[in-house]
Amino acid sequence: MASAEEVAKDAERREIRDRWLLSAPALIIIFLAATGPLLIVVIYSFLTPGPYGDVVWKFSTDGWLSVLMQRDIFDDTLAFADAHLSIFWRSAKLSFLTTIFTLLFGFPTAYFIATRPARQRNIWLFLITIPFWTNLLIRTFAIQEVIRNEGIVNTVLIKLGIISQPIQMMFTDFALMVGMTYVYLPLMVLPLYASMEKIDFRLVEAGYDLYANRFQVLRRVIIPLVKPGIVAGSILVFIPALGAYVTPRVLGGSKNMMLGNLIELQFGQGRNWPLGSALSLSLMAIVMVALLLYVRSVGRRGGAHG
Amino acid sequence: MPEQPGKSAIEVRGVRKVFGTGDAQVAALDTVSVSIRENEFFTLLGPSGCGKTTLLRLIAGFDFPSAGEILLHGQDIAPLPPFKRPVNTVFQNYALFPHMTVAENIGFGLEMLGKPKAEVKARVAEMLKLVKMEALSNRRTSQISGGQQQRVALARALAPQPKVLLLDEPLSALDFKLRKEMQIELKRLQHETGITFIFVTHDQEEALTMSDRIAVMSSGKILQVGTPWDIYDKPAERFVADFIGETNFLTAAITGMGNGKARATLKSGATIDATVAEGFQPKDNATVVVRPEHAKLTSGKGDLSGTVENIVYFGTDTHIQVRLDSSEAFTVRQQNTRSAGCGFERGDKVGISIGNDAAQVLRD
Repeated sequence: MASAEEVAKDAERREIRDRWLLSAPALIIIFLAATGPLLIVVIYSFLTPGPYGDVVWKFSTDGWLSVLMQRDIFDDTLAFADAHLSIFWRSAKLSFLTTIFTLLFGFPTAYFIATRPARQRNIWLFLITIPFWTNLLIRTFAIQEVIRNEGIVNTVLIKLGIISQPIQMMFTDFALMVGMTYVYLPLMVLPLYASMEKIDFRLVEAGYDLYANRFQVLRRVIIPLVKPGIVAGSILVFIPALGAYVTPRVLGGSKNMMLGNLIELQFGQGRNWPLGSALSLSLMAIVMVALLLYVRSVGRRGGAHG
Repeated sequence: MPEQPGKSAIEVRGVRKVFGTGDAQVAALDTVSVSIRENEFFTLLGPSGCGKTTLLRLIAGFDFPSAGEILLHGQDIAPLPPFKRPVNTVFQNYALFPHMTVAENIGFGLEMLGKPKAEVKARVAEMLKLVKMEALSNRRTSQISGGQQQRVALARALAPQPKVLLLDEPLSALDFKLRKEMQIELKRLQHETGITFIFVTHDQEEALTMSDRIAVMSSGKILQVGTPWDIYDKPAERFVADFIGETNFLTAAITGMGNGKARATLKSGATIDATVAEGFQPKDNATVVVRPEHAKLTSGKGDLSGTVENIVYFGTDTHIQVRLDSSEAFTVRQQNTRSAGCGFERGDKVGISIGNDAAQVLRD
């Protein structure tokens, strides 16, 4: 007869096995949908580009080296090239500005919605989410219609006699900022609203009661309380903005490239899949570092609640 | 008790507050006037929806009156925003800032007033000592108990040395024992700081035990202002008499007036002398109130007669519910002794005698 100890051990073993079996579907999906494709990108980044796109199964570090260097076509020497770096920098800068602008416009919007009577709020939220129902490309073309040389803004200004020549707005950073801010605004408003809705507005009254004026209440009471929303919104805007593709393509033109366009170029006309893969992974690394720095700095400055 | 003259800290003059527009208009305050003296513990007492919190919010500046004036030491503060009024509030659920420590919460008001850092620090330390919270000054407000939060809220509101402290049902979230403790604590703080306290509550016992004066409110109106003794023993209206303590209501015919008292003939035929409510207009029929502890049950003939319906033992005393021959209900409260019962049984025919100083004629 098996001892009590052995029986217990057996039961434990069975339990562990069952647990693995039960979590297997989740693990498989995580592997196939997330880790798997990423692994392919990593592998591709170390291969040699094929003549018509695709890759040749031959190990090479050229993909990674090309991120920051350029191989001289005559003597094969490597030299530092800042073309990609400047696009990285531009993307980071524009994404940062997009985050700031969506925050500037999104904060009052979210505050407005959060302070409406409960029944009205859903209508306002609904209006905020309506743009999501339309294709991104179409929304971007709509902005183009507004700001192009023969567009609404220029036509009106010329008709009014304020300007005689159309203002060139298309294919500038201004156009890009307008487009990106418009596209990513809901992603900022929604988490901000979620945080603001939870604010106990008696805290705002307490602030006023304790001699804080409107600006001080905003800075010392409201902003610290909605910080989780600001963090979430900033992350939700900054990351997709960094990899934005459609908006810079349509509004920025070929001169004002962003990272997304650069990566697309390597998989398309550039026929350099390893470089494209290496650039994608670099983008990921930048996002991760930026996130870590951001979360840490926010955490240190204010300290978490509770 | 004679009205003691004193300088008024807050003077509310003909204040109305109307919410909503058109047909949905509701008058939360209907032309209220009251004068609150300096260094007074003044209580606004009434059921929920009576307008007491609305009045407090008008004094604090969170809402603005639709009509009327609110004077603070003679100056009209009604149009000022809350951050320009030397008045602080202790909120019902404390409304402590969750992103700040206990000490930061207490120092907030002083900081906003632009006081130098050293002064803020010294005052915060003083306040922490006053509410006995020195040991927890660096805790977050979510890490302390309800009673401690209450103390911090008090310290935070007292730190800027307001002219008037407003307290909006500050004890309602505490359990019974803590509430009793905080009642004593509040009285002590009021005494030590010498600040005028305006206290809002729906708890009549709390109002009676803590206040210098009480204003009883109902449906947006102040019905009566007076000392706890006035309010309890000389209620002006049925609502006041009913809301505070237990009372017997009797209808009586007023057969004469004199010496500040009225002669009231009860339905039983007995005639008693009764004090008269302020503003009483002589009329034929009026309501007379008698507190249960001011009437006496006898087995012989009294001013009233009836049958014992129910006897309820309360430890300190016994409530004997009597159905009068006139079919009105009447309760007598009788002090208990250790050795003997109350001396009556259900179904007993009894008489009730009402003393010379037991009855009050209401205004309505």
